Amino acid sequence: MSIVMDATDISRALTRITHEILERNRDAEGVVILGIPTRGDELAQRIAAKITEVEGTEIRAGSLDVTLYRDDLRLKAPRALLKTDVPEDIDDRVVVLVDDVLMSGRTIRAALDALSELGRPRAVQLAVLVDRGHRELPIRADFVGKNLPTSKSERVRVRLRETDDTEDQVSIEEGAA
Amino acid sequence: MKHLLSAADLTREDAITILDTAEELLGVAKRPIKKLPTLRGRTIVNLFFEDSTRTRISFEAAAKRLSADVINFSAKGSSVSKGESLKDTALTLQAMGADAVVIRHHASGAPHRLAHSRWTRGAVVNAGDGTHEHPTQALLDAFTMRSRLGDLAGKNVTIVGDVLHSRVARSNALLLDTLGAEVTLVAPPTLLPVGVESWPVRTSYDLDAEVEKSDAVMMLRVQRERMNASFFPSAREYSRRYGLDLARMNRLPDHAIVMHPGPMNRGMEINADVADSDRSVIVEQVTNGVAVRMAVLYLLLGGATEEETA
Repeated sequence: MSIVMDATDISRALTRITHEILERNRDAEGVVILGIPTRGDELAQRIAAKITEVEGTEIRAGSLDVTLYRDDLRLKAPRALLKTDVPEDIDDRVVVLVDDVLMSGRTIRAALDALSELGRPRAVQLAVLVDRGHRELPIRADFVGKNLPTSKSERVRVRLRETDDTEDQVSIEEGAA
Repeated sequence: MKHLLSAADLTREDAITILDTAEELLGVAKRPIKKLPTLRGRTIVNLFFEDSTRTRISFEAAAKRLSADVINFSAKGSSVSKGESLKDTALTLQAMGADAVVIRHHASGAPHRLAHSRWTRGAVVNAGDGTHEHPTQALLDAFTMRSRLGDLAGKNVTIVGDVLHSRVARSNALLLDTLGAEVTLVAPPTLLPVGVESWPVRTSYDLDAEVEKSDAVMMLRVQRERMNASFFPSAREYSRRYGLDLARMNRLPDHAIVMHPGPMNRGMEINADVADSDRSVIVEQVTNGVAVRMAVLYLLLGGATEEETA
């Protein structure tokens, strides 16, 4: 196992992503931050807190569970649903989806489907902490914390204080494959 | 979980998973587009050998919100009225490719027979069998209580009325016990089933003695259609001793709720003023019913079936 990002790296990456989001969208006006549970959810909270800090306006992050929209439901035993909590109407807003690791792009496809049933955002942008490549769909991230070239057999693990009860950390582990 | 036949089959974890899933799915009803793609391409048959409006439409709404295809089969006006057996009906449905069968039958144990025969490969959901069980009703009742009262452990639930003919009472007693609630059945002695001593409940003949400590009161419908003997002297006497009127309702604790699985006999087991009061969650029970049934269908059909993983 090798550690590729520690707590400081993660914090810096999130600060940069926050500024990039604000730069791209002028300010926080009309921006809705939605994290994909469980870790994207937590990252979304942190980004929202940073935006509030920088802009001085209160921003609330929400969460969007995509389980029911996944294309691999039939390949596994039924999974428990996670929290969906969309704080405001998303019609004509800019939605920034937040996830921890971007790989195949299938989770994001499911998220786009889920979003389209909640309303019609003006634009959807994607922020991820780690982009490890191996895309299976034509999807790319707008804001990337770190590009991490990996082999398919490796596993990228993101651990966060709130969800994993350890220090913030991104590591690469040798997979069983 | 392959089938849902009895509330007794559910462990505490199973029950909590269903209730938590239902809580997330309840949000779907509030959206402009009340539809999820999850069960696209799956076929669910509502096999109803007994009249039912609310349970059938509740299952139908639940299946449709998950994008499943729904086939409604009611015994009236079908080949069953020409004498077809349950087996042949089931084989027909299997041949049509049913992934799940939601069955209501006047004979206790029919869903069990269907699930353990080799007649159908689909999941079987018991939507009420004879005077035996009605597990999804118990789940939606538990869901409603949990959303109003919080965790059910240690809560006092009083179930009043025609327990003898009630599958709702049995399923509720079993599930509520699993979830840690204390259940009291209140009924005239003639309307308590034989063997009730073995249920995980207390029994009482006196409603007035129970109201003050109840967190939830569930009134059962007096099932006249199943009554072939005199179980009580007159409707008026029943209503006076076991009906919920305003005076009794006002003696409930402030937070207590009034429930009824429907359809109600207003003026018999429940007074109209009570049914329409703020404490009554009867309409909420119907809304929650759709979410709970969506959760059950999702957990039974949403993932890989055994054949697909093999």
